[in-house]
Amino acid sequence: MANIKVDCVGETCPVPLVETRKALRKAEEGDIVEVIGTHPASKKEIPMAVKSLGLELIDTQEEGGVWRIRIRR
Amino acid sequence: MEDKDTQVEGEGTMANKATIVVHSGDMDKLYSALIIANGALAMGMEVSLYFTFWGLQRLRRGALEKGPLSKMNMLGLGKWMVKRKMKKVGVVSLERLMQDFKELGGKVLACDMTMEIMGIKKEDLRDDLISEYCAVGTYVNEAKESTITLFI
Repeated sequence: MANIKVDCVGETCPVPLVETRKALRKAEEGDIVEVIGTHPASKKEIPMAVKSLGLELIDTQEEGGVWRIRIRR
Repeated sequence: MEDKDTQVEGEGTMANKATIVVHSGDMDKLYSALIIANGALAMGMEVSLYFTFWGLQRLRRGALEKGPLSKMNMLGLGKWMVKRKMKKVGVVSLERLMQDFKELGGKVLACDMTMEIMGIKKEDLRDDLISEYCAVGTYVNEAKESTITLFI
């Protein structure tokens, strides 16, 4: 099972959401997609997208304005 | 383009669709339409963008970024200032949003009546983006099974 990293540091709306979705589409079932970014609203909205896609949100962390969200496909 | 996971992940397709009429060719309104469209795709919805009138003008080759600002364009000065600010903030181009839209499986519909009225030929348009040339029936058919419909 792969661990896929998506770097959205410095990106703004709607790129973090779109790049997360692209990565999830490419991922195989069971893969972990890890997104890092700085856009504040995306930290809230990526988990919303994960929920509406019916996938599992592993965790969300934030340190010094950079958040990290892990999702299981 | 693979659509397999839209099916697997989605919670049914009928009630999970957005249809947006892109009537305006203004740059800022095109941003609104494409950002909403890409957001909806990212959240697992199906999305169709129906380009008509001034919106369809933006699908002419080389015209995507050419629209004026809907307010305070000031012969292009206002647009130039807004674009500069957008670049600073890191907003991506309309072209990039369009490519993302297509990559996530979005559909671009071109209104054929507008083409007739404005004398636009298929070869004038970005056929790399357009999924279908159609009329009002296609729009209504898609809109009636959509939970989000917008006219921009």
